[in-house]
Amino acid sequence: MYQTNYHRPSSVQEAVKLIGGAAEGKYLAGGMTLIATMKQRLAAPSDLVDLRHIAELKGITVNGRSVRIGAATTHHDVASSAELEAVCPAICALASHIGDPHVRHMGTIGGSIANNDPAADYPAAMLALDATIVTNSRQIAAADFFTGLFETALDDGEIITAITFDAPAKAAYQKFPNPASRYAMAGVFVARRDNGEVRVAVTGAGSNGVFRHQGMEAALAGNWSPDAVGNISVDASDLLTDLHASAAYRAKLIKVMTKRAVAAA
Amino acid sequence: MGVEGIGARVARKEDKRFLTGKGRYTDDMSVPGMKYAVFVRSPHAHAKIKSIDATAAKAMPGVIDVLDGKQLTADGIGNLICGWMIHSKDGSPMRMGAWRPLADETVRYVGDAVAVVVADSVNEARDAAEAVIVDYDPLPVVTDPVKALADGQPQLHPEAPNNMIFDWELGDAAATDAAIAAAAHVTEVKILNNRLSPNAMEPRAALGIYDSGDDHYTCYTTSQNPHLARLVMSAFYNVAPENKLRVIAPDVGGGFGSKIYIYPEEIVCLWASKRTGVPVKWTCDRTEAFLTDAHGRDHVSTVKMAFDSANKITALKVDTIANLGAYMSLFSSCVPTYLYATLLSGQYDIPAIHANVRTVYTNTAPVDAYRGAGRPEATYLLERTMETAARELGLSPAELRRINFIRSFPHQTPVIMNYDAGDYEASLNAAMAAADWDGFAARKEEAERRGMKRGIGMSCYIEACGLAPSSAVGSLGAGVGLWESAEVRVNAVGTIEVMTGSHSHGQGHETTFAQLVADRFGVPIDSVNIVHGDTDKVQMGMGTYGSRSGAVGMSAVAKALDKVEAKAKKIAAHLMEADESDIVIENGELKVAGTDKSVPWFQMALAAYTAHNLPAGMEPGLKEGAFYDPSNFTFPAGCYICEVEVDPDTGQTEIIQFVAADDFGNIINPMIVEGQVHGGLAQGIGQALLEGVHYDPENGQLLTASYMDYAMPRADDLPSFKVSTSNTPCPNNPLGVKGCGEAGAIGSPPALINAITDAIGNNALTMPATPEKVWAAAHAAN
Ligand SMILES: Cc1cc2nc3c(=O)[nH]c(=O)nc-3n(C[C@H](O)[C@H](O)[C@H](O)COP(=O)(O)OP(=O)(O)OC[C@H]3O[C@@H](n4cnc5c(N)ncnc54)[C@H](O)[C@@H]3O)c2cc1C
Repeated sequence: MYQTNYHRPSSVQEAVKLIGGAAEGKYLAGGMTLIATMKQRLAAPSDLVDLRHIAELKGITVNGRSVRIGAATTHHDVASSAELEAVCPAICALASHIGDPHVRHMGTIGGSIANNDPAADYPAAMLALDATIVTNSRQIAAADFFTGLFETALDDGEIITAITFDAPAKAAYQKFPNPASRYAMAGVFVARRDNGEVRVAVTGAGSNGVFRHQGMEAALAGNWSPDAVGNISVDASDLLTDLHASAAYRAKLIKVMTKRAVAAA
Repeated sequence: MGVEGIGARVARKEDKRFLTGKGRYTDDMSVPGMKYAVFVRSPHAHAKIKSIDATAAKAMPGVIDVLDGKQLTADGIGNLICGWMIHSKDGSPMRMGAWRPLADETVRYVGDAVAVVVADSVNEARDAAEAVIVDYDPLPVVTDPVKALADGQPQLHPEAPNNMIFDWELGDAAATDAAIAAAAHVTEVKILNNRLSPNAMEPRAALGIYDSGDDHYTCYTTSQNPHLARLVMSAFYNVAPENKLRVIAPDVGGGFGSKIYIYPEEIVCLWASKRTGVPVKWTCDRTEAFLTDAHGRDHVSTVKMAFDSANKITALKVDTIANLGAYMSLFSSCVPTYLYATLLSGQYDIPAIHANVRTVYTNTAPVDAYRGAGRPEATYLLERTMETAARELGLSPAELRRINFIRSFPHQTPVIMNYDAGDYEASLNAAMAAADWDGFAARKEEAERRGMKRGIGMSCYIEACGLAPSSAVGSLGAGVGLWESAEVRVNAVGTIEVMTGSHSHGQGHETTFAQLVADRFGVPIDSVNIVHGDTDKVQMGMGTYGSRSGAVGMSAVAKALDKVEAKAKKIAAHLMEADESDIVIENGELKVAGTDKSVPWFQMALAAYTAHNLPAGMEPGLKEGAFYDPSNFTFPAGCYICEVEVDPDTGQTEIIQFVAADDFGNIINPMIVEGQVHGGLAQGIGQALLEGVHYDPENGQLLTASYMDYAMPRADDLPSFKVSTSNTPCPNNPLGVKGCGEAGAIGSPPALINAITDAIGNNALTMPATPEKVWAAAHAAN
């Protein structure tokens, strides 16, 4: 790891100010991605601004069906929140399968979304839940937020403060893990609204990161059952091929995970 | 046996230390003035070094020096060697290319060391290592061993045209070919054995300390065999003569073979310590470990197995290409030859066998012994072939094996080995009963109703442990003898120290070796200390690998104990005015049989040291040493059965049950044996299901350089194992033990692949059986 300066602000305002004053500053949340990258000398921030001690970034509030999760809320806290479980158990289940207990007690939803790893789990949930990413300066629809591999709509120095969404009528996430990393090799989050609208978001498989599958959404909107996707074809040409799985296999997995998610929802 | 003697389930003495963080590993060692080394490594798989410019690096904060291969060469440090000479079938010696500890002209794999930075801190050394400017002229790359043999491929070493190191054979080609020509049935298979990264929990490390006052070197290192390291560094690498070099391998956190070899880093740390005048420590990081720890396996083979009309095997013909990587590591040549082809008879009576093995240089990390070393390759090949043959012949896997089992001992195979004892049918029956083989059909039907494909597979393995009779291995090309030494020191108060040349890095010697002593003298194991891993404390030894510590290391201890026992009895007889032949040792006392006369063990020991009243002419003290050279290999064997369920939609395999029925000879500590089997099974299952090293064939970059891409087995990948032993004592060593350290890794891969291929109805599947491969194979079958 290269030398860096560590800061511990206690408000969002202070954090933004610290980043503004740093040569090449980075926010630090759980550090599960950032610290590992720094140890490998692939990142060399001049300053680290720690977001974990800012009270306003933490916690989960559920108001009727409207949900707000603070950006610095850990995966463990999402997984074990009873209020959240009552309205959207799918996101609790998703969080409970991220990494291992150590990662879940350190890693945060804000960090995961800001990082936008193409195999991360939360981005699929954000897209399928039609969530809003709230920052210190604006609100960004999930559809506009994830812009490419490890790319987001965040400006320099912009902090995610929370994510909000309305809990759907039904939702579930099914993930087929990469045997080595256990990140998603194909992860599918399905959500169905009371008005029958369906969203199917896929992570781990797209060559440009998380995406929605309109074909399956349409099929499921007409017939909310696992069999509905039977005849839908998943185009492999936009999918990833790597050491662990070909695009064709990922296409197959997306269908299987979608069916299973619908069955589980 | 007593509660702590041979056969007792004694908890491991060393675990308190390990579990409470009190283990002392090489990286824990610190000495005054110590500095840190970081290596500059090649980012190219193959390149000429045009120049190295360390001017900027040397000027950086905390940097003491930057040293390169030219300086190392100028100081007369020798090439790394392979210590086992193999001759090609045309009689020519193996073609060993030069391996410089720091490459001075050419780099041949990604990670090849070219320079070392010594600095006040690891971070400063890393910063400076990044500032060393190496000008490379990249060369074309070859990573595939089959391709590397072809004409027109990149050449790694001028000594080895077409990258071939040797073209070796074993067995009778003519008899084998004739039997195949006359066969009623011939099964032909192509077998790939995947390349593995060893992944010891503790990464390699070395601390070199040069003392200019005495012109003496001390090397702390993560070694499975510190004496061998000292011998090789003295005799071949010209680091220092043996009396000027102390090698200490303290607690070592796992080796699996990868810590047998002497690597560039320990040599460079010693040399750099002299050059810079400060002690120099290097600790490998995980990425470096993936790049530079010697890998295992990587064979491509074709097999023909011939049967007569009664389904008896009449011949086996094997052609293997073994990838040895960029350089010949210390034992690399014997692994795909004498540790492999000699086991190709398996548990079967095969009249004719012929094996041809070609070894090849490629632009990849060196390949050497990895848990099992050669025997897993032989077992996988043979047991996959047996399974295939059973399917082709329409026989049950058990039936084909029963027809072909060796049933009388000793048995001379056509490939050197003389099996001394065994009962293969007993293991097969035990495993089948434990797995409820007969109930499988019903379980398969039940799984089918849930949409799952269930399969069952077996593997009957044999391996050779207890390396090895020195004259035998010498005649086959080994550069060293493979005996072991021990010394037993009884202190004046009766406590005991055992010095052993075996090295413990997870095997539990501090417990099992003490159990031998407890068993012999009836003293508590707490009064016995096992001393190992330091060339100043233990005179000589050959270390731990090839499951040799029990069969060879403990046998040396037993021999030394014989001598101590004889002298102790003489002293006791003298003290009690009895006949020495009437003395028995029980519960810590020396007794005159049939009387109530006795002397406590400690009192006898005290008498040996006060020497006030010893038999006439007896030397004072009680300390005896022994060297033990085995008269044969030992032959552990067993039967493993695996049952799986495959999800046809995803290709995901779940192991439903895994049964291991082994014959390890006599057992010193059943709990430790079970632990060794569990660990071995986990590694074998890892190989079969998950693990695989991949290089980019275009540029030789390592694609699996972290746990993000290299899949290690985890607890939830594994079932709860059902292990048992039914033992035939080994007739060739005093304890009747065979060895159990590698069996799990040897026997398990074919059982698992046989089970998956049974489930999906397609025999064409390679390791690791990743979900995608299984899914594709399952669908190809339908
Ligand atoms: C062993 C392991 C296994 C894992 N497995 C999974 C898995 O299965 N699925 C999965 O989805 N993830 C997995 N992860 C990643 C994990 O979820 C991390 O929590 C996540 O990637 C980053 O979150 P973090 O809080 O640790 O962020 P950090 O590492 O601290 O930061 C990551 C990036 O986000 C930025 N950032 C952080 N917070 C904010 C904010 N509020 N506003 C703006 N920018 C911010 C940082 O500046 C940095 O660039 C795994 C990680 C590890 C180490």
